[in-house]
Amino acid sequence: MGIISRGFRGRRTEGGDRLPPGQYLEHGFPVLSAGPTPRVPLDRWEFAIDTETGQTHRWTWPELTALPAETPTVDIHCVTKWSKFDTNWEGVSLDTLFEDVETSVEYAQVYSYGGYTTNLPLEDLLDGKAWLAYRYDGEELEPRHGGPVRLLVPHLYFWKSAKWVRGIRLTNEDWPGFWETAGYHNYGDPWREQRYEGD
Amino acid sequence: MTIEHLDGNALAGPLGELFTFDATTAVGRCAHCGLTGPLAALRVYGPGPGLVARCPGCEEVVLRLVRGPGAAWLDLRGTVSLRIPLPD
Repeated sequence: MGIISRGFRGRRTEGGDRLPPGQYLEHGFPVLSAGPTPRVPLDRWEFAIDTETGQTHRWTWPELTALPAETPTVDIHCVTKWSKFDTNWEGVSLDTLFEDVETSVEYAQVYSYGGYTTNLPLEDLLDGKAWLAYRYDGEELEPRHGGPVRLLVPHLYFWKSAKWVRGIRLTNEDWPGFWETAGYHNYGDPWREQRYEGD
Repeated sequence: MTIEHLDGNALAGPLGELFTFDATTAVGRCAHCGLTGPLAALRVYGPGPGLVARCPGCEEVVLRLVRGPGAAWLDLRGTVSLRIPLPD
């Protein structure tokens, strides 16, 4: 009994108040994958925002990297219970990409090279809460971590931060994505421990 | 080159929790490309956040299994049907 209690206290103490409920602190960077890693040549890479009126805004790799970059340092939380503190990224804020996008819808469906999808309210992508990240820890983002470009939405469980991101479809209806249709929570707030449907 | 996936035998334990037969011997047909074969021949990614079994021919998803506390979610939309060997 004494040994188990000490163990639980010790793990909790390591992350302190920065660790959401049920999470443990990870110092490595685990790779979780639902399929083969897509290899996207930069001269064919493109990112698109598709609006509800049929308008498409597109960026090539040179166009994306010419936009003002930010360097967020954030904590990330995976639904498989690891969290990693102070991860360093470089990329473009979604606020910058949405500057010229006119929309009145509430939902975003994110889609990736390789077929992955995830959904979230549009407001969770705006106001400094999300980025298209293309560098990690000063290096170009490796394909196994979602390179050349991944979505970064650190306030939600990390499955929402789609690797190999290809575009965002803006929709009137909420369309559950890859994990959201297989038992995972539709929103995924780590601080409310929204792991599974019904949590 | 790192091997990213396991073979379909990795499904035996998790599916054994749901079915009374050895599901890896069931023969399925990929809903995308039509390739037919036992579940043991699928390419399995995971285990977290869930098991994703893909067709060895076209790499489309054939089966997904998420095990949560008190429930499992099984998605078989990528398979046309399963032929399950049973005694007469």
